[in-house]
Amino acid sequence: MLKTFKIGGVHPAENKLSASKAIEVLALPKTVFIPVGQHIGAPAEAIVKKGDKLMVGQLIAKSSGFVSANIHSSVSGTVKKVETGPDTSGYPKMGIYIDVEDDIWDEQIDRSADLKSEINLDSAAILAKIQNAGIVGLGGATFPTHVKLMPPKGMKAEVLLINGVECEPYLTSDHRMMLEHGEELIVGVKLLMLALNVDKATIGIENNKPDAIAKMSGLAARHKNISVIPLKVKYPQGGEKQLIKAVTGREVPSGALPISVGAVVTNIATTFAVYEAVQKNKPLFERVVTVTGKTVKNPSNFKVRIGTTVSELIEAAGGLPENCGKIINGGPMMGKAFANTEIPVSKGTSGILIMPEKEAKRSETMPCIRCSRCVSVCPMGLEPFLLMTLSERQVWEQLETEKVMDCIECGSCSYTCPANRPLLDFIRLGKVKVGALIRSRKP
Amino acid sequence: MGKLFTISPSPHVHSGDSVNKIMYGVILALLPAFIWSVMMFGLDSVRVTLIAVAACVAFELLIQKFILKVKPQIADGSAALTGVLLAFNVPASVPSWMLIVGALVSIGIAKMPFGGLGNNPFNPALVGRVFMLISFPVNMTSWPVAGSFGVDAVTAATPLALLKEGIKSGQPVVEILKGLPANMDLFLGNMGGSLGEISALALLLGGVFMLIRKIITWHIPVSVMVSAAIFSGIFWLIDPTKFADPIFHLVTGGLMLGAFFMATDMVTSPMNPKAQIIFGAGIGILTILIRFWGAYPEGVSFAILIMNALVPLLNRYVKPKRFGEVKIQSTKG
Repeated sequence: MLKTFKIGGVHPAENKLSASKAIEVLALPKTVFIPVGQHIGAPAEAIVKKGDKLMVGQLIAKSSGFVSANIHSSVSGTVKKVETGPDTSGYPKMGIYIDVEDDIWDEQIDRSADLKSEINLDSAAILAKIQNAGIVGLGGATFPTHVKLMPPKGMKAEVLLINGVECEPYLTSDHRMMLEHGEELIVGVKLLMLALNVDKATIGIENNKPDAIAKMSGLAARHKNISVIPLKVKYPQGGEKQLIKAVTGREVPSGALPISVGAVVTNIATTFAVYEAVQKNKPLFERVVTVTGKTVKNPSNFKVRIGTTVSELIEAAGGLPENCGKIINGGPMMGKAFANTEIPVSKGTSGILIMPEKEAKRSETMPCIRCSRCVSVCPMGLEPFLLMTLSERQVWEQLETEKVMDCIECGSCSYTCPANRPLLDFIRLGKVKVGALIRSRKP
Repeated sequence: MGKLFTISPSPHVHSGDSVNKIMYGVILALLPAFIWSVMMFGLDSVRVTLIAVAACVAFELLIQKFILKVKPQIADGSAALTGVLLAFNVPASVPSWMLIVGALVSIGIAKMPFGGLGNNPFNPALVGRVFMLISFPVNMTSWPVAGSFGVDAVTAATPLALLKEGIKSGQPVVEILKGLPANMDLFLGNMGGSLGEISALALLLGGVFMLIRKIITWHIPVSVMVSAAIFSGIFWLIDPTKFADPIFHLVTGGLMLGAFFMATDMVTSPMNPKAQIIFGAGIGILTILIRFWGAYPEGVSFAILIMNALVPLLNRYVKPKRFGEVKIQSTKG
């Protein structure tokens, strides 16, 4: 029996259309727009001005606090302007426009393709490099990685989990990364173990990627403290709490962080970024993005400079289909839809999913028939139907006692509801209101 | 800016399941029992089923159109399902006009006044059925003999009724059971009874179909049957001369129909596995209590309606197991 998490879960159609497509390097763009807030926490502060000449990898916006991250230029060229521009959130966000000239990299970056497996740094030095490189969680949450790697006082990491689950349908960037850069990933895992001072790491991979499991298991076999665990395919296994439960059997208590059970979770793309930052002196300024959808001519995995406009990625994948109805940043279960293609790729862009018009709109909502499917699929053991009703009626206190803040917004409830009820929409509203209520109580 | 696309919150995909698929799926699962009833009771089964369905759908349509003045939703299949279940719970010989009264009670009293689909506290088909049982006791308790269609006015009591009569007149249970069909015949459906309830086998087939299609989960039907078997089994073990065996109780009356199709009605059953098991166990035990000591020989309908009344309480006080409902373990260091 393959391991998985116990409560709830769904199995949406996988649609991994680009799984067999090797990662391609996308042609350099002519201009980029690099937002200064690409992570959870305080936006970085721009330290360049109009007319400045930049190299690839040069720091252009400085982290403005502990929970924040540096931003580096992804191209060489001239700063055109520093002002607000489009962002996946839909709101205008401050950022740096750069006109691309040539491709001149900072000399400190090791551009060779050679594997550098020798580690000669201590924990503090590795952490400093990760922080300087501006690495954030590349699975989509974009939480600054150095913060995650420094547990709060009194807590200690015991095990490092590498999230190779990629449970979102359509997305394949982590899958390709494991197949093409397994050796680098293992070095990345060792670096993270060193940074955290743990002696055990486990890579969790869902069973729909047997080639990745074989590849990573082969590589991990040479290291007795790194193991690979194949997992049963079930969404949302990539959720931190679900992955920890599936792999270690430990259950993160309600309201607590994974570190409370001694676990730290990092995803594949992030682990690769850690390798590049520490071993190759390369800041985070490019990432792998899956461009996919049933109507896309050539679903692909592209290595893209941050700040490249989404329309260029879509062109490279065969152009925008006639009947495109929706464009999603991320996967279909948790990704965010955005209104047009003139949006830059940021650190959190794990995929661009294009949906045809007929799949872009929701079906008509019917009355709740109390089938309780939402309860049985909720991976947090909540009662989505009840949370929605309480949110509609605005009884925030009861919503709090029904544990609305435990919701991880995986969308399994709305996905499964036969009456097409907008369960998660109302639960999100409830979370915002209850969150405000909790904050208002603090002195 | 170019063309603007649809913006909506995640998730952007859906399982494709729908209320209609669920309702018609249940109706499809009732097909084996319907075929069996036509084989046993002839065209009367077709008449009763068609009239019940037509009446339920018509009443729902009329109420939505002329009283509530909303867009009719009869295509969702819920009224049709109520009709089929009502038909399955009455003798095949019941006069058509009585059936129409039953349908009016089901839809006009038990369902629509509470807000229609999804809001009724009690199973509409059972409310209609019990109303008919109380109002027309003679017609509702004379069952045509299975397999005797074409012959007029041949009626017989159900095995449960014969058992109850026999016990009242002081016969030992073993003797009464000897005069009844063997348990295997009862399981296959060679007995008198309401239109759709007689063949445990056909109902079991439909139940398995619903389990495979994930329309229902095992919790309610299994807890109904297991609790009825255990509860009746205890008394049978204590005194087999006074109480019939558990197998007899499982395959007679409306227990199978109730366990798979009436108790599992989503609208009127609890919303998490723990509460569903309590609900099912309550139905099993109440059914046997009524069969042993109640005034009526059969108690499935009453047991389900009583447990329906407890559903809001069960939903409120029996919660699913939450993720992370553990004490915070201190980690070393």
